[in-house]
Amino acid sequence: METIDLAAMGLRHLNRTLQSLDPGTNRRHWDVVNPRGSHAVAVGLSAPVEVTVRGSTGYYCAGMNQLATIRITGSVGPGVAENMMSGKVVVEGDASQSAGATGHGGLLVIKGNAASRCGISMKGIDIVVHGNVGHMSAFMAQAGTLVIAGDAGDALGDSIYEAQIFVRGSVRSLGADCIVKPVRPEHRALLAERLEQAGLDARPEDFRRYGSARKLYNFDVDNAGAY
Amino acid sequence: MCGIVGLFLKDRSLESRLGTLLTGMLVTMSDRGPDSAGVAIYGESEEGRAKLTVQSVAPNSDFAGLAEDLDRALAEDRAADVAGDNGPATRVGVSLCRNDTHAVLSVPAGQVRMARDRLPELRPGIHIMSDGAAIEIYKEVGLPGTVADRFGLPTMAGSHGIGHTRMATESAVTTEGAHPYSTGSDQCLVHNGSLSNHNRLRRRLRREGMTFESENDTEVGAAYLTWRMDRGASLGEALETSIEDLDGFYTFVVGTRDGFGVLRDPIACKPAVLAETDAYVAFGSEYRALVDLPGIDRARVWEPEPAEVYFWTH
Repeated sequence: METIDLAAMGLRHLNRTLQSLDPGTNRRHWDVVNPRGSHAVAVGLSAPVEVTVRGSTGYYCAGMNQLATIRITGSVGPGVAENMMSGKVVVEGDASQSAGATGHGGLLVIKGNAASRCGISMKGIDIVVHGNVGHMSAFMAQAGTLVIAGDAGDALGDSIYEAQIFVRGSVRSLGADCIVKPVRPEHRALLAERLEQAGLDARPEDFRRYGSARKLYNFDVDNAGAY
Repeated sequence: MCGIVGLFLKDRSLESRLGTLLTGMLVTMSDRGPDSAGVAIYGESEEGRAKLTVQSVAPNSDFAGLAEDLDRALAEDRAADVAGDNGPATRVGVSLCRNDTHAVLSVPAGQVRMARDRLPELRPGIHIMSDGAAIEIYKEVGLPGTVADRFGLPTMAGSHGIGHTRMATESAVTTEGAHPYSTGSDQCLVHNGSLSNHNRLRRRLRREGMTFESENDTEVGAAYLTWRMDRGASLGEALETSIEDLDGFYTFVVGTRDGFGVLRDPIACKPAVLAETDAYVAFGSEYRALVDLPGIDRARVWEPEPAEVYFWTH
């Protein structure tokens, strides 16, 4: 276990150190202390190391992650794990807006609530939120799964493509082209796998599934007046 | 961008540290708003007296003899108000306390309106920043730390305060373009975001008799709240209707004599974090503005919901 005091060493030292780790490194366990709400903590990692950030962070924590497992013991600001490629990011507290934005892969777990635009434009990432998500979550979501154990805010899944959304609680409103879809055995199996990966004790049968009605995929001449 | 900080003390033993704590929060938000900064401080009030904070680009000449000139003018006005009294006007007791480019004038509470009317005649170059029993507003162009030092913010005491660091988007980098804005007696507003219908709303409010000193969008937001409250709305009601009437992105933080409120627009893309303990309620555009507050590790920290009015009073 190696410890980096962010307040003492500075952000560039932290990120340079973590980014320079070779995928085969044996320096696998890192503790980051005194984050004090700093931006861009532990971004751009590309080795399968385990990083624990002790405290709360600001914008873009764990962005562009590949292979690393990053755990934040507090809450995170906007854009946590944005554009994640692979690996795992776990937030013990709450996440601000745009959590997991544009993520291509990997798993983002938020044990508290996520604010608006969670999973905006997600491209393959899996996101599991133990609590609630705010408005416009999964906006233009292209691929991956967004699992919400609590409630969803307004306009869930607006203009969604092929991402799948599972919600256990209430949904305040659905966005354009987002509809309830039947839960078949393969969906239940997928959901059970995500719940287990995220350490969330919930029954897959308590969730509803949402996805694209695919009405916005093509130009529809009957809607010409609306364009 | 812009940064907002606010601190509303529940524990009176912290009041002597208000300025120090607020300065730390404000300086942390420098990179969100490095061009100007300002604060509203709710400090001590004196029975029967009101404070007017004024600002001038030529404080040496504008503030020289201002207390005496305003005192004389207010005494004349008061004498004229007493029918048939042609005797010599007696002094009303105006005092001035200068603080860099700003000065706080103490006047009798009943003569605030007269003082506001008379000041532009006496000193055309000064701007009135605020009036009220407790509020003082200080704002200038410059780095937040520099602005705080100019006004001695770390040494100020009070029950609550609001600060703003500005990165101009909608109007020029000037003192008048900086925040907070006064929205009425003992009231102020700071804003992060941009209002997109401010020109049209300014024209409408001008027709209603409101006056404006800048092309700034936040000034329009402040004038809107003043206008609504002049027509009988409470601050909470004015904030509720602002969700309908103001278009654009905004996080507002407002101060009143004994209250402190927060409102985000329905889209809520401008950041906001609230923290509450038994000792205080604190607002920061980002969590890092709050990290040095006492007991923050045990505070309830959350992000205010969109289009929901939060308000605390003493």
